[in-house]
Amino acid sequence: MTTDQTPETRPEDQAMEDIGALLGETNDDWSDADDDAERTPSNLMRLLGFLAKGEGGWWTFGVLVFICVVFGVLAPDFFSRSNWVATSEYAVEYLMLALGETFVIATGGIDLACGAVLGFSGMLSAVVMQSMLGGHADTLLITVVGVVVAIATGAAIGLFNGFMVTKAKLTPFIVTLGTLGMATGGTYLLDNGNQVSNLPPQIATLGTTIWLSGWLPVIFVVAAVFAIGASVLLSRTRFGMWTYVVGSNPLAARRAGLKVDRHLIKVYMLSGMLAGVAGVLVTARFTIASPIAGANDELDAIAAVVIGGASLFGGNGTILGTTIGVFVVSILVTGLVLVNVQPFWQQVAVGAVLLSAVMLDQLRRRLAVA
Amino acid sequence: MSENRSQANLASPDASGVGADPPIVELRNVGKHYGRITALKHVSFSIRKGEVVALVGDNGAGKSTLVNIIAGALAPSVGELLIEGEPMRFRSANEARQMGIETVYQDLALANDVPAWANLFLGREIKRRGPLGALGWLDKKAMIGAADEALGRTKIRIKSIEAKCGALSGGQRQAVAVARAINWGSRMLLMDEPTAALGVEQQHQVGVLIQAVREEGTPVLLVSHNLPQVMAVSDRILVLFHGHLVKELATARTTTDEVIKWITGAGLVRQAAS
Ligand SMILES: Nc1ncnc2c1ncn2[C@@H]1O[C@H](COP(=O)(O)OP(=O)(O)OP(=O)(O)O)[C@@H](O)[C@H]1O
Ligand SMILES: [Mg+2]
Repeated sequence: MTTDQTPETRPEDQAMEDIGALLGETNDDWSDADDDAERTPSNLMRLLGFLAKGEGGWWTFGVLVFICVVFGVLAPDFFSRSNWVATSEYAVEYLMLALGETFVIATGGIDLACGAVLGFSGMLSAVVMQSMLGGHADTLLITVVGVVVAIATGAAIGLFNGFMVTKAKLTPFIVTLGTLGMATGGTYLLDNGNQVSNLPPQIATLGTTIWLSGWLPVIFVVAAVFAIGASVLLSRTRFGMWTYVVGSNPLAARRAGLKVDRHLIKVYMLSGMLAGVAGVLVTARFTIASPIAGANDELDAIAAVVIGGASLFGGNGTILGTTIGVFVVSILVTGLVLVNVQPFWQQVAVGAVLLSAVMLDQLRRRLAVA
Repeated sequence: MSENRSQANLASPDASGVGADPPIVELRNVGKHYGRITALKHVSFSIRKGEVVALVGDNGAGKSTLVNIIAGALAPSVGELLIEGEPMRFRSANEARQMGIETVYQDLALANDVPAWANLFLGREIKRRGPLGALGWLDKKAMIGAADEALGRTKIRIKSIEAKCGALSGGQRQAVAVARAINWGSRMLLMDEPTAALGVEQQHQVGVLIQAVREEGTPVLLVSHNLPQVMAVSDRILVLFHGHLVKELATARTTTDEVIKWITGAGLVRQAAS
């Protein structure tokens, strides 16, 4: 594994590049590594070496391939159109939440409220849309208002979270645990715990349209566009750079003139807004707004981020890793359904993968220190 | 990005007429308490253009506290800080930085999870031109190029400018912090033990850099436990003892032994006895 390295190139960087190429992405890391085409030992060997090292959480890509193969063998339907559609639709809400969670975790924080914010903003926007349907407004306009309400609600709760974390100096865990409770209760209060089903037709269209002759759900396209945007934001812009710096060394960030508090507030707002969008997408998917939407989703979202290679200590994590993590979680759930495993085992499986991810992260840390 | 470069500051016509200008930095009766602990008491001194002033003292003498006050990272409890004759109350390190006062902190103030080049540009990132830049899109190429050049100018070598800082050795990390300060410090350079983790060759290199900075007229305040280096590069030596500025020595007219006496407090005892 170590014989093919020149001292100038870190093996991890090289492998990162290779995997990036395999996935058809430019590398998501900060370093724009040069391509050295003259050294081309087997890509597979590099991949294996890389996965064994576990750098950057890329072992999750191996896990993803592995569970696809296992389910592919066990369930003949696994590679079918219907399972892909079910999986990608299932992944939408976790992806949306995990995108924001990646930013929050990169700052060294955590957002436990995102699932509840999804529920609350989805329900509030549904209630608003339903009440507007009684008037004479155009249904498209009503839909737009609904989307704006959801995003604004998420932003407001995110603002509150960020404010409590930075100005009241409470830990993110406590703050977002508090807003988790408040948003969950609020969701039930909005419509006395009832579902809202009287929605503009555009919502149903958004949730049920599947492009590419039934292969590509529109809500998944929406989530994918957000994922690409989040990836650019985190890996290519100053906002992303500051996110890592704030998580890595807040004191150094402050001394360098970064407005640390303001940046943290923005990050929590971003997470809230993405949860707001997720609220609309979930409403669209079921063409109904339910008060249980989003409940406990934050756990799977955090699991996906950690499985994707982020450390809860902050300073790292990538959107590509998170996206792979979301698919690991989603495929585990839909795959287990296909092989007729009792649904309760799904949570057990997700938990086991999460624990392995964290253990691997610890191991990597210890190896790095030694 | 170039407006703060060290060369830019030398436009003032009377660079030679040292006596006429107010000192670059002046402290008047500065004191600092941490709760009931007094870290500094009645400290007064000034630093002029082109001077290298060494600040020495035992562990806990208050050196870092003093540096952090000038750097804007700490507010003095009492006393006055004047920059070129103007009383200043820095509310943040960034305010001092914007005035061209650059610091190598004892803890280096590096973000270990981002590459070395990004640390050189912390808070001063170069964005792309055009609409993408307005959206915050970074010009990595420009920064990597400029960082490479800055490190090249300082002749400090690190493994790879694209490696994350956390993957560098202690000495290399220190080199990044020194290169950053030298690259941006135009009015004054504060260095809190910049060579503690460096090898012999790189220590020497930092000494050479300090001389070069001084020749451009930028004063340097150097905190160091390395007395041979202090004797080699400084013009004056300030000795702190339990938060008091107990002695000011002209380097040319003192010896390492005398400096040690003042650091350990033996000088004070003798003074009291006579
Ligand atoms: N944040 C703080 N809270 C309380 N006391 C502090 C704090 N920072 C420093 N002190 C105290 O102030 C005194 C001076 O500390 P300072 O860090 O300035 O010393 P120093 O001369 O830089 O020492 P060293 O050579 O070890 O770096 C010490 O007694 C220290 O314990
Ligand atoms: Mg110190």
